Amino acid sequence: MAVELTTTRLEDAAKWAKLSKMERAQNWGRKFSLFTYPFVTACCGMEFMSVAAPKYDLARFGAEFPRFSPRQSDLLMVVGTVTEKQAPALKRVYDQMAEPKWVVAFGVCASTGGFYQNYHTMPGVDQVIPVDVYIPGCPPRPEQVLDALMLLMDRIQDGRGHSQIAAKREELIASRTEE
Amino acid sequence: MAQKVLDALTAKFPHAVVRTGNAHGDEVAWIKRENLIEVARWLRDDPAMSFDYPLFVTAIDWIDWKPQGLPPDAAWNESKPRFTVCVQLRSLKHRHRIRLEIEVPENDARVPSLSELWPAFNWQERETYDMFGIKFDGHPDLRRIYLYEEFVGYPLRKDYPKEKRQPLVRRDDLLINPIKRTP
Repeated sequence: MAVELTTTRLEDAAKWAKLSKMERAQNWGRKFSLFTYPFVTACCGMEFMSVAAPKYDLARFGAEFPRFSPRQSDLLMVVGTVTEKQAPALKRVYDQMAEPKWVVAFGVCASTGGFYQNYHTMPGVDQVIPVDVYIPGCPPRPEQVLDALMLLMDRIQDGRGHSQIAAKREELIASRTEE
Repeated sequence: MAQKVLDALTAKFPHAVVRTGNAHGDEVAWIKRENLIEVARWLRDDPAMSFDYPLFVTAIDWIDWKPQGLPPDAAWNESKPRFTVCVQLRSLKHRHRIRLEIEVPENDARVPSLSELWPAFNWQERETYDMFGIKFDGHPDLRRIYLYEEFVGYPLRKDYPKEKRQPLVRRDDLLINPIKRTP
């Protein structure tokens, strides 16, 4: 199934106006104001800087402002190799972020462990935290990152992020136990 | 270039030097383990030697080593100690280098620590301990330096399983794990 991407805010606003749901409005606001927490551990960080810099300009999508406090951010970008020793720190950062939150695994090392098949590297951060979008590449091109960001925005609009689904499930469970 | 260092070392400590050699242009001296401290102290303090720049300490695991040129089914039973600890030194004053190699058996993997003579060897010896499990006697703070305390085994030993990971975080308590979330 092809994913239909909305590329301009006008298109998106038209979609939202047609549906006119409160949740859609919330998600529309969320997707254009992503505050990133760059969890940068390795060489992919250079590529992340390139994406954030004016040439490729992450700010066009509203994700312009890196917050170095997990409590003020809602998009965790895991950029680079994560070792087993570092996994508790990553988990703690993720747990500290406010709901709803999303995770992007940036590069093959964060997605699968990459070429590190050995004792110290975690085979993908999804061993520890749920990941919404994976970006392949060693390192990925900035265009791939922007593509992934648009994919993530689409997921956020549809309410398909991991934390959004979990919140819905908890709501459902709560309503059932009330009955 | 540093052949005169090897000659002086052999003349000074004939009982400590097992043999000397030259590996790809680098002079190597195999030293007995019990004489390492006095040899190293002399190399550092003697004005003609004055090895003031410690380059690295590391170890080699010879567990599956066979000399080249043997047919694959040839019996090979020379009793070679499992580990070799390498200490590479350099003199900035005289511009010569030397490598000390100490052979260490597996059941008694201990080497006297050189971190008193060259404080820069402190962390290097901790790394060698972390990766190979070789104990350095007299080291002030011999703990793991890269890996975590919970790690079992020494990963750069060649009998460590190549992909054996020892996770710190349990993998089954994810946010969306249905086993945990279902009441």
